[in-house]
Amino acid sequence: MEKFTQLDGLVAPMDRANVDTDMIIPKQFLKSIKRSGFGPNLFDELRYLDEGKPDQDCSQRPKNPDFVLNQPRYEGASVLLARQNFGCGSSREHAPWALLDYGFRCVIAPSFADIFYNNCFKNGILPIVLDEATVDSLFKEVAGEEGYRLTVDLEAKEIRTPGGRSIAFDVDDFRRHCLINGLDDIGLTLEKADAIKAFEAKHQAAQPWLFRG
Amino acid sequence: MAGKTLYDKLWDNHLVEQRDDGTSLIYIDRQLLHEVTSPQAFEGLRLANRKPWRLDANLATPDHNVPTTLKERKEGNAGIEDPVSKIQVVTLDENCDDFGITEFKINDIRQGIVHVVGPEQGATLPGMTLVCGDSHTATHGAFGALAHGIGTSEVEHVLATQCLIQRKMKNMLVKVNGTLAAGVTGKDIVLAVIGKIGTAGGTGYAIEFGGEAIQQLSMEGRMTICNMAIEAGARVGLVAVDQTTIDYVKGRPFAPTEAQWEQAVAAWSDLHSDADAQFDAVVELEASDIEPQVTWGNSPEMVVPVSAVVPNPADQSDENQQKAYTRALEYMGLNAGQAITDIKLDRVFIGSCTNSRIEDLREAAAIAKGKKVAANVKQALVVPGSGLVKQQAEKEGLDKIFIEAGFEWREPGCSMCLAMNADKLGAGEHCASTSNRNFEGRQGFGGRTHLVSPGMAAAAAVAGHFVDVRDVLQAN
Repeated sequence: MEKFTQLDGLVAPMDRANVDTDMIIPKQFLKSIKRSGFGPNLFDELRYLDEGKPDQDCSQRPKNPDFVLNQPRYEGASVLLARQNFGCGSSREHAPWALLDYGFRCVIAPSFADIFYNNCFKNGILPIVLDEATVDSLFKEVAGEEGYRLTVDLEAKEIRTPGGRSIAFDVDDFRRHCLINGLDDIGLTLEKADAIKAFEAKHQAAQPWLFRG
Repeated sequence: MAGKTLYDKLWDNHLVEQRDDGTSLIYIDRQLLHEVTSPQAFEGLRLANRKPWRLDANLATPDHNVPTTLKERKEGNAGIEDPVSKIQVVTLDENCDDFGITEFKINDIRQGIVHVVGPEQGATLPGMTLVCGDSHTATHGAFGALAHGIGTSEVEHVLATQCLIQRKMKNMLVKVNGTLAAGVTGKDIVLAVIGKIGTAGGTGYAIEFGGEAIQQLSMEGRMTICNMAIEAGARVGLVAVDQTTIDYVKGRPFAPTEAQWEQAVAAWSDLHSDADAQFDAVVELEASDIEPQVTWGNSPEMVVPVSAVVPNPADQSDENQQKAYTRALEYMGLNAGQAITDIKLDRVFIGSCTNSRIEDLREAAAIAKGKKVAANVKQALVVPGSGLVKQQAEKEGLDKIFIEAGFEWREPGCSMCLAMNADKLGAGEHCASTSNRNFEGRQGFGGRTHLVSPGMAAAAAVAGHFVDVRDVLQAN
C-alpha cells in the first residue's frame, strides 16, 4: 500500500448525497479478477452517455459534458469533495480501487457508509469526515475558484485551504499509523499469531461445534 | 452494571485482543466466499506466500455471475456465455481447489446465493462471527450471529489470520410491536424501518430487531429483515435466538449433532439482550401501522405505502433532499402526486438474497396461482435462491404454478438483483423487484427498480401495475 503523509491536491466537487457504490463503479466492471484498471470506469454511468462494457477503450466513448469530472478545470483532481453517506451500498472494494486508479487519494464528506470508509484505508485513500457546514463552505470555495487545491496533512490531522484556513479532522490512530507508514494489516495481525492460537484453543474447547476439523 | 446487548455478548465472545487505540482483534468463525470479491484476496495470499489459517472455516459458492437459464447452466462453467463472467467463476473453482476450500460448484444441488446457502446448510449457526465479501452478509444476523460484509482486503485478512481488526459499533434496538396484517411481510417491516430512519440512520450501529412482530416471524422473514440492515446503513442486523431459530438449525448438514447439539442449544439460550441492557438508540414501530411498501426512487429510503402517492420534492424541508427527490423522479420517469398503483410495470423479478427462499416463493405462488402475467409485463422471472430451494419448490409444485401463470422458472443465482449476468432491465423499464437496492442502473443501464415483497411482486405481475396485495388476498 502506498504511504499517505501529506497531499497537495486539486479538488473536484461531487455535489450529490448518497452516492452509492453502483454509481462509483457499476457492476459490469466487477468481473475483473485484478485490483487495477478500474479508473476509466469510475462513475461510468454519470461520466459517459453510453452504456459501459468491460474491456472497452473509454477514450472513444461519448462523455457527458455536464458531469463534473469531465470539466477541464477538474482534470487531475486528487481530492474528492462529496456529500453525506458517500459510498453507501455494497462492500465492493472495487469502489476505492476505481477512485485510486483514477487518481483520488482523499475523499472529504460529512459522512461515509461504514464498509466503504474502511475499504478506503486498506488502499491508501484517506476518507475525511467534516461537519456539514464546513463541507458546505468548501463546496462554495471550490465553485468560486478555478484551480482550487487543498493541502491534506495526515500527520498534523489538518486540512489547509488556499485562503490560509486550517481545518482539523479526526482519524483513528491505528488507521493513521498504517496509512502514514504504508503498513500491511495482515503482517501486523500475524505478529499476534500466538494470541490468536491461544484464543482459538479456548474457543474450540467451549464451542467445539464451530470446528469441523 | 447494566446488562449486555446481544451484540455486546457476541463481541465479547470473540474478542482476541483489545488495543489501547480503540481497535480490537476479533476472531471469525465462518467466512463465505463467492467469485466476485475473492479473486484478488487469493491472489494476495499467493503473492505474500501465505496459507489460509483454517480451511474448515471457509465455504464457497459462485452466485453473482452464474447464468440462470437452463440452456447455459446445463453445461456447467463451459455454458457461461459471457467470457469475463466465466473467468471469474472458473477462478473461484481453481482457488478453492488449490487451497483446499469446500466449494459448492455451479451445478451442485447445494449451490446458490451465499446468504441462502449458509443458513440452509447450517453453516450459519447462532453465536458465530460470520463474514463475507458482500454487504448483505447482515442476513445471517437473523440467527443471533455477528455477521457483516467486508471488503476484499479483509477477505484476505480473514483467510490469512482468521481475525479482523474492528472497532466496536454502537447498539440500536428496532422494536416492532404488535402483529402484522395478512399480506404484510418482513420485507415491508424493513422497508418501513429504512423509510423511517433513512439509509444512513443505522451507520455505525449494530441493529437488533425485536418486539412481538419479529418474534412471530419465521427464519425466512427474519433473514429478509437483517439482510436489509445495510440499506439502513448498519453493517450488522441481529435477532435474538429463540425456539424458531433452534428448530430451523436442527438437522442441517453443518449443524452439530447428538451431545454437541445439546451443548450448543444450551449455550445458545444466552443469545439475547439482557432485560436491563442499554441501547444507544431505540426506534419503535407498530406492526399494525405497516402497509405493503413500494419504493419510488433511487434510494431504499424513498419508500411509501402502496396506498400512497409519489411524493413532491417541494414538500421536503432540506435542500439537498429536494434535489435528490427531483433527480429521482426524473430518473424514474414519475410525477409527484402520481398514485403508486398507477405505476405500470415492464418486468418483475422474484429472487435475490433478500427474498428467494422457499417461503418467499410460496408467498408469490399463492398470488400467482390460476392467474396470468399481464400482457404489458414483458418478463416475469422467478429465480430460486439455491438448488435446494428450487428442488423443494418443485416438490411442492410451485414451479408449475409460476410457469402456467407465465413466469419464467430459472436456475439459482443472484440474477437480476444486480444484473451481473444476462438478466437485466432495459433503459426506462420499470421493474417490481423483491431485491434490496433501487440505485440508478442497479438492475441494468437506465432501469427503474421498485422494491417490494414477493406477494406484492406477484400481484403486480398479474395486474400489470402495482396493487395492494391485501386486496388480492381478500378477493381470493
